[in-house]
Amino acid sequence: MTADPYAATESETTEGRVFTVTGQDWDSLVSGVAEEGEDRVVVNMGPQHPSTHGVLRLILELEGETVTEARCGIGYLHTGIEKNMEYRSWVQGVTFCTRMDYLSPFYNEAAYVFSVERLLGIEDDITEKARVMRVLMMELNRISSHLVCIATGGMEIGALTVMTIGFRERELVLDLFETITGLRMNHAFIRPGGVAQDLPAGALDDITSFIALMKKRLPEYAALCNANPIFKARLDGVGHLDLSGCLALGMTGPVLRSTGYPWDLRRAQPYAGYDEFDFDVCTWDTADAYGRFRVRLDEMWESLRIVEQCVTRLADLEGAPVMVEDKKIAWPSQLAIGQDGMGNSLDHIRHIMGESMEALIHHFKLVTEGFRVPAGQAYVPIESPRGELGAHVVSDGGTRPFRAHFRDPSFTNLQATSVMSEGGQVADVIVAIASIDPVMGGVDR
Amino acid sequence: MTQGGPKGPDAPDDKGLEHTGTQDPSGDSVRETGGEVVGTRQGMFGVRGTGDTSGYGGLTRQVTMPGSSTPPFGGWFDEVAQALQQATADAGFDDAVEGVVVHVGEITFHVKRERLAEVARLLRDSESLRFEVLASLSGVHYPDETNRELHVVLHLLSMTHNRRIRVEVAAPDADPHVPSVVATYPTADWHERETFDFFGVVFDGHPGLTRIEMPDDWPGHPQRKDYPLGGIPVEYKGATVPPPDERRSYN
Repeated sequence: MTADPYAATESETTEGRVFTVTGQDWDSLVSGVAEEGEDRVVVNMGPQHPSTHGVLRLILELEGETVTEARCGIGYLHTGIEKNMEYRSWVQGVTFCTRMDYLSPFYNEAAYVFSVERLLGIEDDITEKARVMRVLMMELNRISSHLVCIATGGMEIGALTVMTIGFRERELVLDLFETITGLRMNHAFIRPGGVAQDLPAGALDDITSFIALMKKRLPEYAALCNANPIFKARLDGVGHLDLSGCLALGMTGPVLRSTGYPWDLRRAQPYAGYDEFDFDVCTWDTADAYGRFRVRLDEMWESLRIVEQCVTRLADLEGAPVMVEDKKIAWPSQLAIGQDGMGNSLDHIRHIMGESMEALIHHFKLVTEGFRVPAGQAYVPIESPRGELGAHVVSDGGTRPFRAHFRDPSFTNLQATSVMSEGGQVADVIVAIASIDPVMGGVDR
Repeated sequence: MTQGGPKGPDAPDDKGLEHTGTQDPSGDSVRETGGEVVGTRQGMFGVRGTGDTSGYGGLTRQVTMPGSSTPPFGGWFDEVAQALQQATADAGFDDAVEGVVVHVGEITFHVKRERLAEVARLLRDSESLRFEVLASLSGVHYPDETNRELHVVLHLLSMTHNRRIRVEVAAPDADPHVPSVVATYPTADWHERETFDFFGVVFDGHPGLTRIEMPDDWPGHPQRKDYPLGGIPVEYKGATVPPPDERRSYN
């Protein structure tokens, strides 16, 4: 028999004996550690581990089953999006930043676009339809993002049914995204000045039937989890972080609201016309993983309420413009997918190629060079599913961002891993991190 | 109506923050003095050297960031500015704030870098300021601003008063040291590590200033303007597209 190439390896280092575990080699590890006769073990978990919620590396110092120190290693998904945005036009920036936090792409786009619009001074010129459509997409996105959080959080503690039903419903939201933007993720749909396209025919009917279905499906989560003794036992009192801890660590979103403090930027500092919508800020008072689960569950109901109001308003806004009037900023044409599968507008092509030289020049200038944004800096924070997401956008008056920095809530909130998990069991580390709901694409950008 | 502006119970009335374009919120009461010159722009359409037939080759424009404002700033900006002035004077360093910029409805306090840690503590603890949360800390590199190349920008949030301010400090490239605010805002830990990683700003007093996003042995600081973006030309159907930082850029 040849040697098993995947067997555990052992090596001696200055720090002590190192075991590399690759699966099915538990016995050799246990006997090796027992031989060593030491209680303290440093476990390097991840970055490729199904329970770390993405490419997150955890360095856990254990005494038996108790975690004495927990540290995060991040950076495995760093893609340099912020640097790349400095080499593209203001409009192209949307295409990049939508890829940061890949579970809530509309929020990345919105945070960036709001900051650009503030620098352009066109915040008040955004049409009503564009504003409502932005809110609609963001709230649908909140539902899909919370579903993934609950689903993967369930999977990580072994509740596989929670995972399957979570992804089942998320698929419905992604179908809506595909109908409206053409893509399931990486939409680049919210653009400076408005949104990329008007709603396609039949989209409102699809959303209405989705709302009706979700009203039947959401109670299933409550029935499955809320009073489930195993689920509660895993989540109750785990990952505790009180209000002062949250403020010191800059925690926002469901983690902050699970302490009972109703801080929601949609209410506290309304943007995008959120003050025109009727919804409640959801809180819980246990400051633990179970509270965060309940906050997310409640927030999906509130998002559904907002989506309903959006549908009502959009029904009255058929044919209304979705881009600002200003032709120096608005994209020159409204494109649709043509017979050839390309984004085209035959009317627009006829206009620029056959009727107006000036329109052709204008189109060319706006698409290649882009518009200029007055020098200055802006920071517009919004309430993403994970907390405060803000884009600090600096312009030097040019056609490209001078600097775009994203304050991503996953990045900030992940710092709480240590305080949430030290002193607890190894298994609770997984629950604590799942309750923060970090998305590594947003953490590393 | 100012979208995104503070609208809480203590927020100033909308009139005070009304703005159009890049005007200051309170209209003529704010007089702009010369802003920071962060660079110059020459020519147009991205053409450099000979071959510029556009006629704009000789055009030279200064790139100026919004300049300092003088009080009254309008709305609650004055309250915060006076409270900060009072607090710094009481603590014995009333020269800590170098300038105040009010632009697009946001207020920025430029603080002397050696006073940053003390000012941060005052901003958090003073009754009338109460900026309990450090929302964000990051860097901006202005290579053409001599002796102030590296800026560190802090976004502070007061949940008590529902207000937001920006605090900015500058450090020369030759001496990239800025005091750490981790002692006041523990959340700054990772933010400062990231700013060190990307810009090379050294935060004095940080408990463990190591790289966070890039590998530990990475040479250089990628977000600095003198660090190239990198990339390779892409060939497609016989044509070659140069990497993004070598394509035509419009100046």
